Amino acid sequence: MTDSAVHFDIDVVDGVLRLLPKGDWRARHLGPIDSRLRDFSDDSVGRELVIDMSGVTRLDTTGAMMLQRTLYACDSRTSDSEIISADPAQAALLAQVRDHLAPCHVAPFHPNPFLAVLDRLGQGAHDALNASMELMSFIGETLSTTVRVILRPSRIRWTSTFHHMEEAGLNAIPIIGLMSFLIGAVVAFMGAKILRLFNADIFTIELVGISVLREFGVLLSAILIAGRSGSAFTAQIGSMKIREEIDAMRVLGLDPMEVLVLPRVFALVLMLPPIAFIADLLGLVGGLLVAWGAMDISPALFMSRFEEIKMMNHFWAGLIKAPFFAFVIAVIGCFQGMEVEGSAESLGQRTTLSVVQALFLVIVIDAFFAMFFLEIDF
Amino acid sequence: MTVANDHTNEVIVVNGLKTQFGDFVVHFGLDLGVREGEILGVVGGSGTGKSVLMRAIIGLKPPGAGTVHVFGQNFYEANEAERLAVERRWGVLFQGGALFSSLTVAQNIMAPIREHLDVDEELAKDMAALKISMVGLAAEAGAKYPSELSGGMRKRAGLARALALDPELVFLDEPTAGLDPIGAAKFDELIVNLKESLGLTVFMVTHDLDTLHAACDRVAVLAEKKVIACGALGDVRKTDHPWIQEYFAGPRGRAALAAGVA
Repeated sequence: MTDSAVHFDIDVVDGVLRLLPKGDWRARHLGPIDSRLRDFSDDSVGRELVIDMSGVTRLDTTGAMMLQRTLYACDSRTSDSEIISADPAQAALLAQVRDHLAPCHVAPFHPNPFLAVLDRLGQGAHDALNASMELMSFIGETLSTTVRVILRPSRIRWTSTFHHMEEAGLNAIPIIGLMSFLIGAVVAFMGAKILRLFNADIFTIELVGISVLREFGVLLSAILIAGRSGSAFTAQIGSMKIREEIDAMRVLGLDPMEVLVLPRVFALVLMLPPIAFIADLLGLVGGLLVAWGAMDISPALFMSRFEEIKMMNHFWAGLIKAPFFAFVIAVIGCFQGMEVEGSAESLGQRTTLSVVQALFLVIVIDAFFAMFFLEIDF
Repeated sequence: MTVANDHTNEVIVVNGLKTQFGDFVVHFGLDLGVREGEILGVVGGSGTGKSVLMRAIIGLKPPGAGTVHVFGQNFYEANEAERLAVERRWGVLFQGGALFSSLTVAQNIMAPIREHLDVDEELAKDMAALKISMVGLAAEAGAKYPSELSGGMRKRAGLARALALDPELVFLDEPTAGLDPIGAAKFDELIVNLKESLGLTVFMVTHDLDTLHAACDRVAVLAEKKVIACGALGDVRKTDHPWIQEYFAGPRGRAALAAGVA
């Protein structure tokens, strides 16, 4: 071992334990010897100790802390233990560190794992209940603010509403249209392949028409908007919450419901139906092209068949769901944004939660509509 | 008053620095030297680019012209390993503390320790505890998240993280801004104390006249895109420049002087 390398020797002089640290006692070199020094202090608890600093070339707070810690661990009651041969700078550092040896807590205290699991379970159930109550009250607040604003239309924030209509609605059309087109084409392909086995190719038209108009068009639009805009709403409002902008609004007499939430809700409720309409069209075009190309069903036949089977019913059954989906997505996005607190981590969690909850509720509502339409034979 | 040309014991040497955002030039032909073991206070009106200067020195804002040497190394021309070596020798306290919000205070301090040093968990914890105590935080603060701390505690925690690797050079961006006068005075005292015991060099951006009196060895004044005066506080105050006169001779400047003399 060279002179500059960090190590320590142990010696006994007149029955007094002597620790001789050597070399460069700075944090970057101390990692490897820390456990040995700990073992040494565990073995010599209660003994008098002298630390001879003469061999130490460099010292920083970590080195000083380790030496003081050793001194303290060996002998915390008597004052006989001491540090000798330290140069003035080292002595000052050692003195500075001596008062700061108390350990600290690193993370919030956790009880034993079993209790922690129970605790999380209970907390989770409690939170879920609370969150659904809060969501209900948020929906109520949104509705009552809507009524209030509609009674005094001058309070509607048109600029903001149009901004979100463009951002969340118009800009989403290309991707939603493309997706819907592809889904229409895929459904037609799959349908054609299987229906041909029964010599019933012509029913491909029904398959494409009903599935796209009733479900795929509007559902795909809603899913994409939830992922694209619901999350964005949460992130926007959440970061405003973190920077206390929401509080600033409140004290300036601006109602965040009116300024932030309603424009977003209006924008989505107004934009999702036309988006779903475009998605319907492109889905049908996808199906039509596949039917034409792969099965020689001419567009004219495709269209005339449409009239025969009252496709308008299916069209309306799909489109009527759009505003409900839009409302749920926008409200959940804004609600989760308002629930953000403090850290970047909370913002991330809430954004994820907003998408997951919105998608879940969209599917649930869709299921309710399906049952309802089934009952009323629509 | 000019910056001394003798750079022998200067930790930071800035030469002919030009920085700009688009067409807006913040600094032009700026020279500055920071000597080893001193606390240099950088003052200037709002928008004179104090924080930008700090960012240029710590490698976050590449200069348009001129050079920045820290520990004799031109950071912007250094390779990865050389950069890392320099980064390990400095600590930075950003204005708001810039603590990682998803980590507790102790975990924040342990982050650079874990990253840069070959130490086990136990020692890293001890080091974090030492730093937390040294900056005057209670041991319980270690387990708290930044969002649970007050502004002053956040700054202290930020300083503790800046000190985690026992740097030789510390950058402080408005360390006392937003603190109450008692907290600010304690923070000044803390910085002087740490400088004395750890032999730190401190580059401090500040607005606070009391801090200049209480803590700084030298003062550099930024105006007109460069350092218009740099030296001991008493000398700088005598400089005949309208901004300096207004700054030091204004009511707050006189009050701080009176407090400093008393």
